[in-house]
Amino acid sequence: MINNTLYDLAIIGAGPAGMSAAICASEHGLKVALLDEQANFGGQIYKKLYQPSLKDESILGPDYYQGRVLIHQVQKSKIDCFFEASVWQVTYPEKSDSTLEINLSIKQQGQQLKARKLLIAAGAQERPTPFPGWTLPGVMTCGAAQILLKTSAMTPASPLVIAGSGPLLLLIAAQLHRAGVNISGLLDTRPKGRYVEALPHLAAALNNLPLLAKGLALMAEIKKANIPIYKNVTELTALANPSEHLEQVSFKTGNQHQEITCRTLLTHQGVVPNVQLTRALKLDHVWHQNQTCWHPVKDEWGQSSHPDIYIAGDASGITGAKGAAHTGRIAALKITQSLAKISSYQLAKLAQVPTKKLAKETCIRPFLDKLYYPAQTFLTPEDDTLVCRCEEVSAKDIRHMVKQGCTGPNQTKAFSRVGMGPCQGRLCGLTVSNIIAEESRLTPDEVGYYQIRNPIKPVNLSELIDLAK
Amino acid sequence: MPNALPFNRLETNSDTWVTLYIEDQAIQVPAGDTVAAAILSAGLLPSRTTSISSSQRAPYCLMGVCFECLVTIDGKENSQACMTQVQDGMRVSKQIQSPDLNAADTREAKHDK
Ligand code: FES
Repeated sequence: MINNTLYDLAIIGAGPAGMSAAICASEHGLKVALLDEQANFGGQIYKKLYQPSLKDESILGPDYYQGRVLIHQVQKSKIDCFFEASVWQVTYPEKSDSTLEINLSIKQQGQQLKARKLLIAAGAQERPTPFPGWTLPGVMTCGAAQILLKTSAMTPASPLVIAGSGPLLLLIAAQLHRAGVNISGLLDTRPKGRYVEALPHLAAALNNLPLLAKGLALMAEIKKANIPIYKNVTELTALANPSEHLEQVSFKTGNQHQEITCRTLLTHQGVVPNVQLTRALKLDHVWHQNQTCWHPVKDEWGQSSHPDIYIAGDASGITGAKGAAHTGRIAALKITQSLAKISSYQLAKLAQVPTKKLAKETCIRPFLDKLYYPAQTFLTPEDDTLVCRCEEVSAKDIRHMVKQGCTGPNQTKAFSRVGMGPCQGRLCGLTVSNIIAEESRLTPDEVGYYQIRNPIKPVNLSELIDLAK
Repeated sequence: MPNALPFNRLETNSDTWVTLYIEDQAIQVPAGDTVAAAILSAGLLPSRTTSISSSQRAPYCLMGVCFECLVTIDGKENSQACMTQVQDGMRVSKQIQSPDLNAADTREAKHDK
């Protein structure tokens, strides 16, 4: 065991939600442990910000460097931080108000940490974007390219093509352009009509004018950059050279077949909550139609279906970095009150400001969700597309299993090993549930998701032995 | 020799560089890099092949989700290159697998415990 401390609160994830929650809880006298898989603070959004790699700060833009405020606050606080800490299991007793046990590896050493409350702020992951050729070396996600810019001041090999939809796609296109990268094509894979579908939500979105303005500025910047833009792109395919590296991307606009030579293809179809841990903990989840993904069930304080476990930030539903920070604060306040460090009256008063600010951040989401809703082919791909990258199972295989009588993802898993590879379904789970739902004319909620088993990260024997010592 | 065009390094704040060995090739990278970034900076792709069809793979998500960056680091197999910080003198080798039933069994044992 790390030490004999019984923490009041353990927080998994040191992004904006986790850091904000940690600061808030520790200010109210809670003994807090903040854990993250990475080497330092920041999560994905403020990755490497504790020691920025890029000399030229104009490339990533001011939103990234804004995160410094939070990082400085955590550094000054009395929070116990554990990095390179990968949680593989959390156990909790049946009854509430007893101790949660968190099993993890810290720098590859098996450890255990005990806490009275747990806050999961595990963030988001990019939505799986299956299409023919997506496994080829040279194809990466937009998020991956942004991470490489942040951690290593690196830009991808060109010629470069970017394909998909979503705010992050526009942001990385602008950032790479600022970094001097020549972008050979920006392929917008949304079908016609997304603007019309988003329009009814515009009025609500207007409550967050600064964010809308930022989006418009980004679009203007891309336009000015003279990047060739292709709209309503269909049949996106990545093609390889004889040595199996990406060489070309082919697609259609209208009836016209097009090809662009490239060495890197970045794709993106939005982000979804990282539910690996909340699933493994058997917390309740609900399908979110607009974001086409599952959210863990939570109340307005972030309390999950288990009374001692809370969820904040993008792990609880996509709100963006600022919104995530507010949800972190709100959850921390409620946890503080549940441990009787503040009264219900104080809670109501203290939560007012973050709640109001959160509402402002979330009002734009329905508009964005509709505007960037992925094309159907990325949700339920054509037959030949590989769905499970690890075990190499195709969409056709899944459809075939449904015809044979499989009614849910756990059955397809048993028949084909889909979702049983090292990623444990992180990159196929949504697709498999969507395909089964479509084929059996059910909702994804009715079809369900993989049963995620512990450990959620591969553990080796020596780490288990450490724990027994 | 790189089999893919290497990623480009922009001007960085890092002043400490370390040397690691990928497939016995000495590669110099800033101390803050992950092993996956080092692989990409050297253009040494693919970094692994699958055990089912030997298809070629490379780091894909860079955030610990896809497990496409699995390599052997200092003798430890199945290490996530994108979640591992480089160290001076580190030895990295690609995981080139051929279709192998045993590999599947070990994986199962790991996850289904
Ligand atoms: S690149 Fe996806 S897990 Fe490392």
